[in-house]
Amino acid sequence: MLTYTARRLLSLIPVLFGMTLVVFAIIHAIPGDPAQVILGQRATKEAIETLTRELGLDRPWYIQYFDYIKSLFTGDLGTSLRTRGPINQEIWPYLAATLELTGAAMFIAVLIGVNAGIISAWYSNSWFDYTAMILALIGVSMPIFWLGLMEQWAFSIQLGWLPTTGREDVRDPITAITNLYLVDTLIQGRPDQFITALKHLILPSVALATIPMAIIARMTRSTMLEVMKADYIRTARAKGLGMFWVVYKHSLKNAIIPVLTVIGLQTGLLLGGAILTETIFGWPGIGRYLYDAIGYRDYPVIQSGILIIAAIFVFINLIVDLLYALVDPRIKYNQ
Amino acid sequence: MDSQSILQINDLKVSFYSGERYIPAVDGITFELKDGEILGIVGESGSGKSVTSLAAMGLIPSPPGKVEEGCILFEGKDLTTLREKEWRKVRGNQISMIFQEPMTSLNPLFTIGNQLAEAIALHTKQSKAEGVKRCTELLRLVGIPRAEGILQEYPHQLSGGMRQRVMIAMAMACNPRVLIADEPTTALDVTIQAQILSLMKDLNRKTHTSIILITHDLGIVAEICDRVIVMYAGQIVEQGDVRTILKTPKHPYTEGLLRSVPDLRGKRERLYSIPGNVPAPGSIPKGCRFAPRCDSAFGKCHEAAPPIYKTGSDGHGVRCFLHKVGEESGEHVGLPS
Ligand SMILES: Nc1ncnc2c1ncn2[C@@H]1O[C@H](COP(=O)(O)OP(=O)(O)OP(=O)(O)O)[C@@H](O)[C@H]1O
Ligand code: SF4
Ligand SMILES: [Mg+2]
Repeated sequence: MLTYTARRLLSLIPVLFGMTLVVFAIIHAIPGDPAQVILGQRATKEAIETLTRELGLDRPWYIQYFDYIKSLFTGDLGTSLRTRGPINQEIWPYLAATLELTGAAMFIAVLIGVNAGIISAWYSNSWFDYTAMILALIGVSMPIFWLGLMEQWAFSIQLGWLPTTGREDVRDPITAITNLYLVDTLIQGRPDQFITALKHLILPSVALATIPMAIIARMTRSTMLEVMKADYIRTARAKGLGMFWVVYKHSLKNAIIPVLTVIGLQTGLLLGGAILTETIFGWPGIGRYLYDAIGYRDYPVIQSGILIIAAIFVFINLIVDLLYALVDPRIKYNQ
Repeated sequence: MDSQSILQINDLKVSFYSGERYIPAVDGITFELKDGEILGIVGESGSGKSVTSLAAMGLIPSPPGKVEEGCILFEGKDLTTLREKEWRKVRGNQISMIFQEPMTSLNPLFTIGNQLAEAIALHTKQSKAEGVKRCTELLRLVGIPRAEGILQEYPHQLSGGMRQRVMIAMAMACNPRVLIADEPTTALDVTIQAQILSLMKDLNRKTHTSIILITHDLGIVAEICDRVIVMYAGQIVEQGDVRTILKTPKHPYTEGLLRSVPDLRGKRERLYSIPGNVPAPGSIPKGCRFAPRCDSAFGKCHEAAPPIYKTGSDGHGVRCFLHKVGEESGEHVGLPS
């Protein structure tokens, strides 16, 4: 397992380099003079020259790339043009907010999706199966913004159970440590704030979870149905094993492998695609941060945001691959 | 030599739902398994051998299948009335089963040790250490030398023969009274096949486990079985002592099967195969089910279904009008009267 992990890690190096190259190229893909474009039509000549120097655009591109890589290695993501602050410090609270939201959404999606899929396969063609699969069909085709608005209408405005927007109660702000508010409130021993943070998290994460949950449920059901026909399932039953263990031990472990791929893919998509949900629910996440940066043509921030999301995407894929090998002993040997 | 019967199947009828009706795949089967014997079941593909044995394990896939009639008596107790929870105490404990495909019959994602220990833990209360000890004991019993090493390995690391040994070890984990082996050697090559068969014969002698051995191969039956049942299209067409049946088969179908085995009776003849196919359940001909393929068929065969006729004192029975001379015994040949 260790050598396998090491090998997989090594194989990431070219991928990560490729990513930096693409991200680096973004600023050079701007037609015309980037500094001019960033500053707009009425910028003075001096301002343009200053920015050109600041961005290092006056030097040959390979030097620029080398510098870029060098600073990345030290964890330096550059300076925001808008706030003049270091991006690596600025970006984290937004990223943390998104990670918390995506994490919660995937938790819901996997927990409910996998179990619904299992029970649907176990009792296939039962009323549970039919109901779950109809809901899943509705789920995959649900427009998220509409679902979000409906949730707000029902649970905030009509019932008043949950807050409409934001991450915290503005009258009782949470002191950020990790910026993952569920963690921070616990560290500080503030269960009341934890509940508040949780309440803020529910509506957006449910909205975000809907599509992956539906996809995971359908995927789990179909792979489970396939696996439950296998000879080793019959063997397990012939031993006298009860259906619960047949399903949750013998079938699930085999059926989960293709589902892991879907889970990984969906997590990546959520990270990149949370912006709509973040907008509807006023969630100060990376999507919002990038959205604002695009409005200001804050290229260094845009580049860093894309780089980080892409890196997380790659990282998730790595985790999925490692989980494969952990679940299936044949994988290590077959390569 | 009349020993006690341990498993007794009476008038068993198993049907599968297809489209709009239930079609019987096993249609009124009656036989007994005596304590300590090896009983062979032979017959072409689709004759209902697997369905019969799965019924005895309570493992008929349902839906679409169901046991429609008959009873399965294990040590005098009817199993067909058991609920799933009670079945679980029988499976793997009193009646075990091994299957044709050793390649796919073990779960690829769990170690041999895990799967063996599971079989033991299900029916016995043992500490973990005792469980491990029992695992290695079992692996030795089935002739696997480096038992401790194998426990840590996964099925894909073993050969087909090894896997089938593991399957047998698993089936023997709780000292079952009955072991059902559904074509245990079909997927293995000839030398391994011989080893597995002699292992089963050994286990039968050492542990006194009764065995039902399902096979296509009359050669295997000749080698290790005491008695044999010949099945055709969901029914028993001939049953009796192996020696009697192999030497003097009475049913034209059995004769045909014997003629398609090379070498069995000394002379090498051109490999014969019975023309035609087993009728699919649902398209069973009127009269004798074998009539369309039978060389000796005569008028009556196409009109009435023959019962089983007793042709000797040793329980030899034949479902064929040609042997009407004997006492007509209905479906109950082989039952102690
Ligand atoms: N799961 C099932 N669903 C529907 N029909 C079935 C099912 N299992 C068996 N049958 C029917 O029962 C008949 C007998 O099948 P069975 O598996 O017992 O044959 P067999 O004698 O074991 O043949 P083989 O030598 O190929 O294993 C088949 O022809 C099939 O029509
Ligand atoms: S009853 Fe007739 S058709 Fe059937 S096996 Fe005997 S001779 Fe052949
Ligand atoms: Mg079969």
